[in-house]
Amino acid sequence: MSILLNKDSRMIVQGFTGAQGTFHAKLCMEYHKNIVAGVTPGKGGSKHLNIPVFNTVKEAVKKTNADSSLIFVPPPYAADSILEAAHAGIEVIICITEGIPVIDMVKVKKQLNIMKNAGKKINLIGPNCPGVITPEECKAGIMPGYIHKKGPIGIISRSGTLTYEAVWQLTQANIGQSTVIGIGGDPIQGMNFVDALKMFHEDNETKAVVMIGEIGGSAEEDAAAFIKEKMDKPVFSFIAGKTAPPGRTMGHAGAIVEGNSGTHALKIEALKNAGVTIVENLSEMGKVVKTNLKITAN
Amino acid sequence: MKLLEYEGKEIFEKYNIPISARLGIIKMGEDAKSIGLKNGQCIIKAQVLAGGRGKAGGVKLAKTKEEAYEIIENMLGMKIATHQTHGKTLIVKEVLIEEAANINREIYISIVMDRKEATPMIVASAEGGTSIEELAKTKPELIIKTPVDINTGVQDFQARELAFALNIPAKNFREFTALIKNLAELFKDYDASLVEINPLIITAEGKLIALDSKIVTDNNALFRHKDLQAKEDHEASEIEKEAKEIGINYIGLDGNIGCMVNGAGLAMATLDTVKLAGGNAANFLDVGGGANVEQITKAFQIILKDKKVKAVLVNIFGGIMKCDDIASGIVQATKKVDLNVPLIVRLEGTRVKEGKQILLDSGIKITQADSLWEAARKAVKSI
Repeated sequence: MSILLNKDSRMIVQGFTGAQGTFHAKLCMEYHKNIVAGVTPGKGGSKHLNIPVFNTVKEAVKKTNADSSLIFVPPPYAADSILEAAHAGIEVIICITEGIPVIDMVKVKKQLNIMKNAGKKINLIGPNCPGVITPEECKAGIMPGYIHKKGPIGIISRSGTLTYEAVWQLTQANIGQSTVIGIGGDPIQGMNFVDALKMFHEDNETKAVVMIGEIGGSAEEDAAAFIKEKMDKPVFSFIAGKTAPPGRTMGHAGAIVEGNSGTHALKIEALKNAGVTIVENLSEMGKVVKTNLKITAN
Repeated sequence: MKLLEYEGKEIFEKYNIPISARLGIIKMGEDAKSIGLKNGQCIIKAQVLAGGRGKAGGVKLAKTKEEAYEIIENMLGMKIATHQTHGKTLIVKEVLIEEAANINREIYISIVMDRKEATPMIVASAEGGTSIEELAKTKPELIIKTPVDINTGVQDFQARELAFALNIPAKNFREFTALIKNLAELFKDYDASLVEINPLIITAEGKLIALDSKIVTDNNALFRHKDLQAKEDHEASEIEKEAKEIGINYIGLDGNIGCMVNGAGLAMATLDTVKLAGGNAANFLDVGGGANVEQITKAFQIILKDKKVKAVLVNIFGGIMKCDDIASGIVQATKKVDLNVPLIVRLEGTRVKEGKQILLDSGIKITQADSLWEAARKAVKSI
């Protein structure tokens, strides 16, 4: 088992025929054949990368039974694309687009919550994220596929290349991953750490979790509370931004220390309290996980 | 984007939020007397992005116009450092001159984007004037929070509840409920992440006035705000602005190790690792996912503009981009820029072996490292 995606996932790509959509859809298809169709309004009926293109997500779902979507639509229209996917019955929506206005995401979240309360199953991942990968089964995002390896570690992260760094260290140490989720660096997003932790907690294949956080917001503190109360699987964590100056946005809109909230120190304290193993030096991620898992196994 | 007080008040005016009468704005190099003050009291306020400027001498009352002109002359060019500038000093380049108000009561009102609740949230307190962070620490029970529905705005009952909770006098009740509704409209229309009035005052004459303004807007939404695009970014330094124009995310810091990294999270982690190795980074720099020759050349140029830089550390995780392409980019870029400080490169990812060979064969003096930790230690040692 893995979470969110597996070898049977049937995925569509929204913003399929654009430069980004084309480039990354091709790499995802080379990794595993999960992509069944693309959606670009106005280009329905044609073929792109040898698979059919539809005008609407609704039509694509009807014709292909797609259950997941990968979004590369530009920022002004991306929020609408998320809602289009949700209304068409897509359950796993992964939005890669960077730069969606925060207020647009407030509206999206409100809509999605109404739909979820009415019984619809929707998991939004992102926006502004590298995507999700279940190694050797399904790649839905912009991460390099080959650095991953199938195995027992679930990974959740707010950052892209930082995740690749951690994944690569694990793979080099011969420790594989069950599913790797980039939840993204925006202030308002779909899935958060707690949602992902819950899934990993319930997933039999996942034996331990690596959580890569950063300064800003309170997602890590919320995760700590959940871990303390519910998780018995080991959790490892690295939090980026210890030396970031307050009041400045470090690349990700969400990575900002405002007043006394979102600081590195508070997050580390909360996680330590919850029994999480803190990796202080990023370069030691692989080593720390390997050493600790051996101890747990004994 | 953070707006100056007077820029925020210009927007307040459009939304019928009452402000003090503006007597003028003087920029550095302009003649203070050009605004032709009449006699009488006025207030002179330094236009800098820093809370607590009053205590640092950035807000002054003048009793006569002669005194006002003198204060304006002295305030322009003045350096201001407050608890909110984090050790940096800001230079006052503009001052705002307003009619003085007789303050009877001070109230705190703001609307902030609440990440956890995913909604704009009104944050208010009957005790204004001081810093809300201080109040949150000492008297959290005095802070009132009310969520604003993004689609329907502030409801009448919410505005009434707030007015009662803040003890707004009957005379100002309607004026206040209108103000809070307008403030929420403004927040939404301008894609704000923060709109703050601290303080909102009730004058001795019984009038409501927004005595200060703080507006922070969402950079992601700039594409739909032509008026904001035209405004100067008062927060970014010259190098930061230049970097932004060419699509590089750069923030200047105080150390001497220049850093070039792909990805924001990894860039932050690189700064942390440099610190852990005993050094200090001179900047945050994310070259983005593309990281081609042109971007890398530009990134080097930007980093080297900072004369504090004594070594450059490049940390690239080649994912979709291959390490050999990145290595060629680094080689070509170093030929274009005059690099006379040690260069430490750590490459990892796709085709890393080929990439390292290219760096080795280039004849350029490059110190290579196998891990981020090794790279950071070598960079610190090289200085």
